[in-house]
Amino acid sequence: MFEIEVDGRKVQANEGETVLTALRRDGVQVPTLCHMEGLPPSGACRMCVVEAEGMPALVPSCSYPVAPGMKLKTRSPKVLAARRTVLELLMANHPDDCLYCSRSGKCDLQKLSQELGVSQRRFQGGRSRQDSDVSSPSIIRDPEKCVLCGKCVRVCEEIQGVSAIDFVGRGSRSHVGTAFDQGMNVSSCVNCGQCILVCPTGALAERSYVDRVIAALSDPTKTVVVQHAPAVSVTLAEEFGVKPGTDVDGRMVAALRRVGFKKVFDTSFTADLTIMEEGSELVHRVKTGGALPMLTSCSPGWIKFIEQFYPELLPNVSTCKSPQQMMGALIKTFWAGREKLDPANIVSVSIMPCTAKKFECGREEMGRGGVADVDYVLTTRELGQLLRIFGVDLASVEPEAADTPFGERTTAGKIFGASGGVMEAAVRTAHVLLTGEEMGDLKIQPLRGQKGIKELHAKFGELEVGAAVVSGLGNARKVLDEVRAGRKDLHFIEIMTCPGGCVGGGGQPIGTDPQKVRARMQALYQIDRDEPVRVSHKNQQVQRLYDEFLGKPLGEKSHHLLHTHYHKREVLV
Amino acid sequence: MGTATAETKKGAEGAEAIRAILEAHPGAGRDALIPILQEVQEQQGFLSKEAVVQIGRHLKLPASKIYGVATFYNQFRFQPKGKYHFMLCRGTACHVKGSQRLLASIVKLLSLQPGQTSRDRLFSLEVVACMGACGLAPVVSVNGEFYAKVTPRKLAEMIQECRQKELANASN
Repeated sequence: MFEIEVDGRKVQANEGETVLTALRRDGVQVPTLCHMEGLPPSGACRMCVVEAEGMPALVPSCSYPVAPGMKLKTRSPKVLAARRTVLELLMANHPDDCLYCSRSGKCDLQKLSQELGVSQRRFQGGRSRQDSDVSSPSIIRDPEKCVLCGKCVRVCEEIQGVSAIDFVGRGSRSHVGTAFDQGMNVSSCVNCGQCILVCPTGALAERSYVDRVIAALSDPTKTVVVQHAPAVSVTLAEEFGVKPGTDVDGRMVAALRRVGFKKVFDTSFTADLTIMEEGSELVHRVKTGGALPMLTSCSPGWIKFIEQFYPELLPNVSTCKSPQQMMGALIKTFWAGREKLDPANIVSVSIMPCTAKKFECGREEMGRGGVADVDYVLTTRELGQLLRIFGVDLASVEPEAADTPFGERTTAGKIFGASGGVMEAAVRTAHVLLTGEEMGDLKIQPLRGQKGIKELHAKFGELEVGAAVVSGLGNARKVLDEVRAGRKDLHFIEIMTCPGGCVGGGGQPIGTDPQKVRARMQALYQIDRDEPVRVSHKNQQVQRLYDEFLGKPLGEKSHHLLHTHYHKREVLV
Repeated sequence: MGTATAETKKGAEGAEAIRAILEAHPGAGRDALIPILQEVQEQQGFLSKEAVVQIGRHLKLPASKIYGVATFYNQFRFQPKGKYHFMLCRGTACHVKGSQRLLASIVKLLSLQPGQTSRDRLFSLEVVACMGACGLAPVVSVNGEFYAKVTPRKLAEMIQECRQKELANASN
């Protein structure tokens, strides 16, 4: 700890940290575009420059280390002019179509322009003319709005270990692209959408299906039903300016009914169902010598990842479909039959924290007879948009409960939304399956929190059980490489594509602030603490579904509707 | 032999040749990428998708990264060369002598952008920084043969000549 001088004030700084870190701790707002918390600085955008006494030129605070006695100026005329010029140059070839941009209001470029007081165009650059890449079912890329900050490239490579995109070309022709500039749909992109969360502009966005859902809602021949994922109710409020970690489950259900959905089902119901199927599958594998460790299959970005990068481990993937697809299959079979509806006239919409779910619902494994189980997936952000279009005020509706027969959930299904939640729910039920007894304390602390890799080693009766929980695909690579190298102490591994799990999903409100993700997680665990039914096997509606329709876990009907197999996928990796 | 099987055979031979190049760089890291790309292009005439994937496996680098590096340099091409490979010099001397105008006209005459190959695989176009023949500026080479003091009109004649040669070949 030593002192530095900032604009004439004494400020404490720590050995080894950057000027930016010290300044931000001191409450100095330093504008950045390319900075990513937790990753090494890239110094690409130069928005964060400050004046350091004795240095011939301005220094980028994001990558410049503090030194004892250092004297900094963060708001001298030279600094302010440089930052503004940098911004004006970045805007020189920008399309300036904020009125039509999905990112308007949440755009860092727009925000900086306002904050730094840019009021007219000083540089008229040749506007770059590049086609949008609309090939992906999940993500739209508009290179004209790109400022080449490189955050999408970095998150794809350094956090997700996918590297679907990189900088291509040189000089004024530089752009972010896939290998051979092919469409994202044939690239190694896993559709996770983390690039959207970090993009400072509207260059990356989800493919929106809001208009199609609106069209379906106004079609009298269609019955439109909706399901919502566990992680959505604890993030939707952020879209309306409410603080992170606010649960609006009941209000959201009411709002969805007001929008016009005939039935509102809770994907946490099929999360409970997943635990019944996946738990039974795990026990079956342990008892019969099946492929272990078993890997979870809920997260569609992760599924595409393993299909491309670790196909030899596909036999280890649980055959369970994801909760979204289980719900979709049940809606178009069991529920359609019960309501005497033609599945082709049911439009099944799901609200997900996820962009990869848009890809998943279109997979050929996910339907029957040319009818998809889930027709449209909307992200949390798109649901916010839909509510605004329909003029539904989330704050003033009275909370309502989800619909039978897929509306009941336990808190075990609800915590699926946080990294570690699937494992915690599975352990609670597997304990009963293996020992015949409920666990004493249902809270499993080692499985909670934001660490990228968490492990649990416990004894269930006679059986030593090893479990790992992984979020972020870069972390998945580490664990899978260990498994491939012969690591044997793990029975079950939960893998979620996005850091923190679905609460940090690519379809969630823009940004990757770990504090926000933490607050969302805590909201889920709060629900788990407050409610009485906390184990999936005590979900009464799930039990009734087995009695009336499915028979038993891993039974004939389950096999056809709730399970599938994935195959090696050839892409340019 | 059908064309499809001929292509497959050619692909297999290509993969074999690349394997030989990669084996000459055992345990290579990412710093070996550019020399390897150069050798592969030297051998194959261009960098195919298959080649990039193969190199990526050897160096443990994603295809997007290799493509990103390769597109940074003018020397790498991603389409096979045409039967008549035009190289146009954009060095300083040639620039002063009007190579910009030449570039505009050849792009129009061949309907090709630099780095591209025509669909019939007859023509390909490459722009280079300097061919070391500044005294002859502006210079264009066709399959390694240099043409001095080229004008747009002369360029059109050169291309016409190639086309006529092809017509003669076809009628024989």
